[in-house]
Amino acid sequence: MDFATSSPPERTAGPTTSVKIVVAGGFGVGKTTFVGAVSEINPLTTEAVMTAASDGIDDLSKVPDKTTTTVAMDFGRVSLDRELILYLFGTPGQNRFWFMWDDLTRGAIGAVVLVDTRRLADCFSAIDYFEDAGLPYIVALNCFDGTLSHAVDDVREALSIPSDVPIVTCDARSRESTKLTLIRLVEHAMSRFAAMR
Amino acid sequence: MTGGRTRARYQLAIEALVSTTPRGRNGGFGLMPEHQRICDLCVEVKSLAEIAALMRMPLGVARVMVGDMAEAGLIAVHQSNTTEGKPDLALLERVLIGLRNL
Ligand SMILES: Nc1nc2c(ncn2[C@@H]2O[C@H](COP(=O)(O)OP(=O)(O)O)[C@@H](O)[C@H]2O)c(=O)[nH]1
Ligand SMILES: [Mg+2]
Repeated sequence: MDFATSSPPERTAGPTTSVKIVVAGGFGVGKTTFVGAVSEINPLTTEAVMTAASDGIDDLSKVPDKTTTTVAMDFGRVSLDRELILYLFGTPGQNRFWFMWDDLTRGAIGAVVLVDTRRLADCFSAIDYFEDAGLPYIVALNCFDGTLSHAVDDVREALSIPSDVPIVTCDARSRESTKLTLIRLVEHAMSRFAAMR
Repeated sequence: MTGGRTRARYQLAIEALVSTTPRGRNGGFGLMPEHQRICDLCVEVKSLAEIAALMRMPLGVARVMVGDMAEAGLIAVHQSNTTEGKPDLALLERVLIGLRNL
């Protein structure tokens, strides 16, 4: 199915290519803040409804006494050139809604896993998911109040992060810092891509 | 809905870009109100996710509606250059340059 052929390209002004990056991590770790810091629009929220008839049917069995569940996720937009838009999607707060994660990660450049070093365990499930999915990811330690309660090396060991996965520090409120974090992820995705050739 | 159409729509990425075609712009008379609103929204390119958020519709509903409108020629959907469902190296390089220039 090729929808694009339904309109001659010369009649379509503006961007025609889009890419996405996923921003994951535990509740309150700064995902929405991170997306908002670099987005050119105020982050929007989109909802997905999972019903017994949807593709998420396997997950529904894990949600007791519910036939429909709404999952919300925030996203922002960054125009990278006249024809290219980057979308940043924050993962839904509830990690168990994997059906939404599949939709979020399909075709993504990769993921930034935000970590609050005071609550390391909150990011376990996200890291496991990206490892299983083979999606390039980096770990970004969000420096609340400018401090980290663990050193980078300790975090790598505590979370069993493979040595080739970059760990960076960032301030989710800073446009410059989020930009550098995204650059690091894209570089990592490119090196992974090159390694697979 | 046939299984084939459902599968095709499931493939429509949340970041897929949508723009109103000349036909959609001139559609006016006879369009469903929601189709008309989407045609108005996508005169400036929007992603499927933005359409869902701005129309306050669940993603799945927007996905089906965008599929119907594309089949009717009211909008064009632009999917990205990918290799086996992943952005290719040339596209990643463009992203890197774009980010560095921000
Ligand atoms: N001091 C500080 N506060 C932050 C930082 N990042 C996020 N916050 C705050 O932490 C709270 C949770 O952030 P939010 O982005 O909503 O987290 P989310 O649940 O992951 O989307 C908000 O009140 C933010 O203002 C940071 O780098 N430093
Ligand atoms: Mg949030």
